[in-house]
Amino acid sequence: MTGTAAVTREVRGARLARAAQIAVPLAFLGVFFAWPLAAILARSLRPGAIVDVFTDASLRQVVWFTLWQAALSTALTLVAGLPAAYVVARYDFPGRRAFLAFVTIPFVLPTVVVATAFLVLLRSGGPLAFLHWQPGVVPMLIAHVFFNVAVVVRTVGGFWANLDPRREEAARMLGASRVRTFTAVTLPLLAPAILAAASIVFLFTFTSFGVVLLLAGPAHFTIETEIYRQAFAFLDLRTAAALALVQIVAVLVIVTALARLQERRSVAQRIVGGADVARRPRGRERIVVASILGVTTVFLAAPLAVLVWRSVRVGGRFTLGSYRALGSSASASTLFVSPWAAVANSVKFALIATAIALVVGGLASVAIAARPGRSSRTMDAFLMLPLGTSAVTIGFGFLIAYQHAPGWLADTWLLVPIAHSIVAIPFVVRTVVPALRRIDPRLRDAATMLGAAPRRVWREIDLPITARAFVVAAGFCAAVSLGEFGATLFIARPDWPTVPIAIDRFLVKPGQIYLDQALAMSVVLMLLTAVVIFAIERVRVRDLGEI
Amino acid sequence: MLTIAGAVVKFGARRVLDGVDLELGDGETVVVLGPSGSGKTTLLRAVAGLQQLDEGRVAWDADDLAGVAPHRRRFGLMFQEYALFPHRDVAGNVEFGLRMGPADRSARARRVDEVLELVGLADLRDRRVASLSGGEQQRVALARALAVSPRLLMLDEPLGALDRVWRRRLLDELRAILDRAALSALYVTHDHEEAFAIAHRIAIMREGRIVQVAEPPEIWRAPADAWTARFLGFGPVVDGEVCGTQLHTPWGAIAITRRLPSAGAAVEVVLRPDAVRLDESGPIEALITRAMFAGTRVELTAAPLTGPPIEVVVAAAGAPHVGEHVHLTIDPAAVLLYPRGAD
Repeated sequence: MTGTAAVTREVRGARLARAAQIAVPLAFLGVFFAWPLAAILARSLRPGAIVDVFTDASLRQVVWFTLWQAALSTALTLVAGLPAAYVVARYDFPGRRAFLAFVTIPFVLPTVVVATAFLVLLRSGGPLAFLHWQPGVVPMLIAHVFFNVAVVVRTVGGFWANLDPRREEAARMLGASRVRTFTAVTLPLLAPAILAAASIVFLFTFTSFGVVLLLAGPAHFTIETEIYRQAFAFLDLRTAAALALVQIVAVLVIVTALARLQERRSVAQRIVGGADVARRPRGRERIVVASILGVTTVFLAAPLAVLVWRSVRVGGRFTLGSYRALGSSASASTLFVSPWAAVANSVKFALIATAIALVVGGLASVAIAARPGRSSRTMDAFLMLPLGTSAVTIGFGFLIAYQHAPGWLADTWLLVPIAHSIVAIPFVVRTVVPALRRIDPRLRDAATMLGAAPRRVWREIDLPITARAFVVAAGFCAAVSLGEFGATLFIARPDWPTVPIAIDRFLVKPGQIYLDQALAMSVVLMLLTAVVIFAIERVRVRDLGEI
Repeated sequence: MLTIAGAVVKFGARRVLDGVDLELGDGETVVVLGPSGSGKTTLLRAVAGLQQLDEGRVAWDADDLAGVAPHRRRFGLMFQEYALFPHRDVAGNVEFGLRMGPADRSARARRVDEVLELVGLADLRDRRVASLSGGEQQRVALARALAVSPRLLMLDEPLGALDRVWRRRLLDELRAILDRAALSALYVTHDHEEAFAIAHRIAIMREGRIVQVAEPPEIWRAPADAWTARFLGFGPVVDGEVCGTQLHTPWGAIAITRRLPSAGAAVEVVLRPDAVRLDESGPIEALITRAMFAGTRVELTAAPLTGPPIEVVVAAAGAPHVGEHVHLTIDPAAVLLYPRGAD
């Protein structure tokens, strides 16, 4: 025997590690999530604040607008996405996988980039200038559709591909027409997937911030943008807090409904057989498939193409002038620093946010995966809360929680990557926990029996097997951080802006030169995000997590 | 020497191990034989230290292992379905335990080659484990457990996932490997044929208890109770009554020469497979209702005039056909008697 001292040290070490797995995430989320939320509650629960939201006509208008724009965005997204979902599910065509990947691109792009692209499309001299659309409801709706088509195509398409087509064939044999078969057989079977996709889109558009702020024009405000306006334009923190509370409750309701739906959906999925039955389109089908693919591709590619095109074509000729100007001090009148410094900030924040999210989320994942039962479910649910909290709520919470906080906490750029990590931690947990749970526990026992101490087991078994999941999670974190706008807007100080903040600053300034700068920065941000997403796709294996 | 004394493991209210006592001598192979759910795997995990004992103790020679972490026990465990590391190749799996020790790279490589040679897998050194057949995976698992020269090797249903042909071959090889290494082995299975083939001693396990420990021939000759007899596939089990030197059964009276329970005792009667033979002058007349051809022999089911059907195994040559009438004799020495209601 090696002596009891070594054994006790080992046991104590293992116990310490187990405690840290729970204590670190709880402490981190306690300080940087629960405290800001509590700060919002404390301000909004003062007498009258909530009542104002529902009695003040303009605030009631805001809530109403938030609801109907989200509902309309969702409906339009379904209309735009279902044809593509059908084609992807039922037909095999060259470039099917590439198309699926392509459809996903808008979804992962930073909102500011998309908003900039649509502004360029619509403004005078843009390809759609003849429509004479000003920023307003219509461009905002289109941008929402652009963003969320991927959700419908992937969720419904994936489900549809697994539906046994023999049921439809059976209906046809029983005398149902094509249309009748679709409405009586296919649609009811698809309903859970469509509902799930719709509620995700509804959640995203309900809490959409950047697109609404930049595209909806000066007359329309959702709860998200109104929180920002109340806090920064009117300096009315009480009303902003009340709105944030309304937002929190609304989102909780939507998320709960969503969870219910997904439970039902997973049951339904077990019932259908998993056969990918996509086949080559024949005859007239080819025209239908080609036109659906064509229209979808143009719709998704055009804004980005125009963005890139306009960023290098200024005043009728090709130039990299806009990009060169990013380094010049001429922009310093808008930003306190050069735009390239903003890029450096963004990269730095993304790295830090990713590191924090991986450590905190990783520890929490280990704790959740290792302990089945109620306590781990509770922790799991707690860690998911940031996912159900809008970015603006988090940013606003940071603003009011830490403005009078002691010392360094009140005024440190670290708050930006910390806020980003709060948004990203649920993604880490959602990716890593399933990967950890999939590890056969006997592998750990086998390693133990071969002489591996607990920490060695983790290093030899858990870590290498879940490495891919960690890489994917890291990529998500970085992408989230790079594009984060809503929370950052509340926290970032003028002397440490991120790229989305810089783009926003340029966009609100009148003048061609500023727009050109915004375009160039948007392209830079798009490329940064693309690099990250490409890296994820390289290591991503099927069935990794639920994202 | 391994000593298990009064081992109890509770899962909630259920006592999965309910006071297990078992000893295992150096170089001995003890097979724990029992149906699934009888606690065999839990017993192995308790010996390994992967499962905490609620009562009792596990000791190696004079050392109580209670405070010894599983990875320090130097016991090898071969898992059901093998639990090979999917992220390592064959050599990487076998080398794993050596890497946990002080051996340097070249010593490890030598040992890996040696063990792979032993199990006949030298050619598959660099293969991914997922690409191996079931039999090959089983050997990798064995090689991995053997590489670190454990002082005790535990095997949990090591042949369970294999088809018949592989089982035969690997059973022979396993016996040879255990002998060559003079390894102490604790082997768990639900298959009595497997147990008879490999065990020095068999421990019959039922609902968390060991009901009998003996050498294979003794287990077969005299199972400790009717449940064990039935578990070994003996049958049928019928009620009987002792009258003097006579045993009354549904098939008629059988004269018993050995010492019997007291007269009038109600007993359960189990016929060992070798108890019944065809005998033209036999007292039991029966009709053959089923004949299952099994190569060199035929397994017959015979329905007597009274009593439940009886199984008879005869040589294939000249075996009676279905529908034929035969006479049977029951060998009193192979009739097993147990007190009724003991289960």
